[in-house]
Amino acid sequence: MTAAGPAIVVEQLVREYRKGPRAVDGIDLTVSPGEIYGFLGPNGAGKSTTVLMLTTLLPPTSGRASVGGYDIVRDGSHVRASIGAALQEAALDAILTGREHLLLQATLQGIPKATRARRAQELLERVGLTEAADRRVGGYSGGMKRRLDLALALVHSPRILFLDEPTTGLDLQSRTALWSEVARLAHDEGMTVFLTTQYLEEADALADRVGIIDHGKIVAEDTPAKLKAEIGNPTVEVVPADLSRAEEFAQALSAFGSPARGGRGSLTVQLPGGEAQLADVVRVLDAAGLHVASLHLHQPSLDDVFLAKTGRKLEGSAEDENEEPAAAAPARGRRRRGR
Amino acid sequence: MAAELGSTPANGPGLLAQIGAVGRRSITRTLRQRALLIFPMLFPLILFAINGSALNAATRIPGFPPVSYRAFVLAVPFMQGALFIAVTAGIDLARDIESGFFNRLALTPLRGAALLAGQLGGAFIVACLQSVVYLLVGLATGVGIASGVGGAFVLLALSIVIAFGFAGVGALIALRTGSGEAVQAIFPLLFVTLFLSSASLPRPLIAVHWFREVATYNPASYMIEGIRSLVITGWDGRALALGFGFGLALVIVSLGLASGAMRNRLVRT
Repeated sequence: MTAAGPAIVVEQLVREYRKGPRAVDGIDLTVSPGEIYGFLGPNGAGKSTTVLMLTTLLPPTSGRASVGGYDIVRDGSHVRASIGAALQEAALDAILTGREHLLLQATLQGIPKATRARRAQELLERVGLTEAADRRVGGYSGGMKRRLDLALALVHSPRILFLDEPTTGLDLQSRTALWSEVARLAHDEGMTVFLTTQYLEEADALADRVGIIDHGKIVAEDTPAKLKAEIGNPTVEVVPADLSRAEEFAQALSAFGSPARGGRGSLTVQLPGGEAQLADVVRVLDAAGLHVASLHLHQPSLDDVFLAKTGRKLEGSAEDENEEPAAAAPARGRRRRGR
Repeated sequence: MAAELGSTPANGPGLLAQIGAVGRRSITRTLRQRALLIFPMLFPLILFAINGSALNAATRIPGFPPVSYRAFVLAVPFMQGALFIAVTAGIDLARDIESGFFNRLALTPLRGAALLAGQLGGAFIVACLQSVVYLLVGLATGVGIASGVGGAFVLLALSIVIAFGFAGVGALIALRTGSGEAVQAIFPLLFVTLFLSSASLPRPLIAVHWFREVATYNPASYMIEGIRSLVITGWDGRALALGFGFGLALVIVSLGLASGAMRNRLVRT
């Protein structure tokens, strides 16, 4: 990495797939050394495609980016030497043991033979897999696989770590353990972490700054606190008792703003006058003869930021068809190399 | 640890070290999946046992070599075993692509040639093991090797070359498609290729004209005849040259195409 320069710089990065829209549509971002950058967005927003480009596994269609001071197109091998990555699926070999994975990775990363075993043991201890080290990975739980995945990404002591939805599918305990290790890496060891997630609480808990991506574009970027402060007003989420009357609910709630639809038939609207307007909402719905199954007042969250920036709630706003599946990402024969 | 951050070289270890690391993994995988070792090895032996005894009447056809039918068809299990190796080698590679493990390897300084060569390490071990087993089974069932002990070693070498060539075909399909199912789907096609060869009868004795023509143009015939010559004839320079020639050609073509497919698959900037 160039002396005190940014860890990651992205300028107008674009990735198009044939017969499809732009998965990543001209994004710009900068990540400082030692920072945890949360890349938040629904499935299909372009998060994984961005990570694949930044880790040199997918050539961009246009734009430029540098990672660790190296250009991702011209200096791919230097970029790879600077980074560690745990991609969307924990890509492990079920037949090998955890220790064998680490030794293989250490060998391929060029770590001297004399120190490989020590390095493997060190990482196994760090991620709490010492007891399971010599068991085949096929018998590991999801959380253990993710922890091994993280250890593998750290084998060669990278300066920059890419984590693509590292806690998807994990239980709360495993998720929390992974969060604390990621935080420790950044805060104690000065590692830069680029983390994609679709979990708001993950971005909120971990990230120093958050970039919200939707339809391949970054729609907001700042610290979680500033993003939430920008929104300011609370929102009210209403679930109609009779879902067939959702249109009437939408019409009634439009008196406060433009209602957004979420999961389970819910409608959410911002209250420009603050939480004092909650009583008005109840009165309006009552006057219209609309009965509610539930009604919740939410203080501003990153979900509200997403709602304010995109007009949709993050939950249930996936658009899988736009994004190349991560598991298929290596399958870039001629047909998938883009334009 | 922070002080060591980013300390690994961009070029990584040497080519041989890379091949060794990937090859060790491939061999470990193969040896731990005994079902993948035993059943593909067993199936050709079952066919050998059935055909070797049930079709012995074929030896009465005028012009048939003066040997038992078992001796005549001993070459076939070597070929069938090679076809199974094509499938297992291909599926192993396809599984890595499907699971994302290939991506993990792509993020290291690993070179494509090392990955391909190393991945075929398991196939090489299986080829060696099954060739020895087929030879021992042949000897145990009373088949003599006309070319003697030296011929037996040449037979093993030829069968390993052929198996490696077919492993390259499996790897090629895996790299082109990235799908284990696609690799499995080629097996019937390869099996038909074997069926349309001189596996069951000497080419001049195949009565159906089109079948004889196809068998004559089918390279598999010459690979089988190369192995067979060592068992029933002795040292037949022409048969061996053709057997090794087609076997090596298969290795060169399949691995050459697989290397190209690897370059496309291993797209890194």
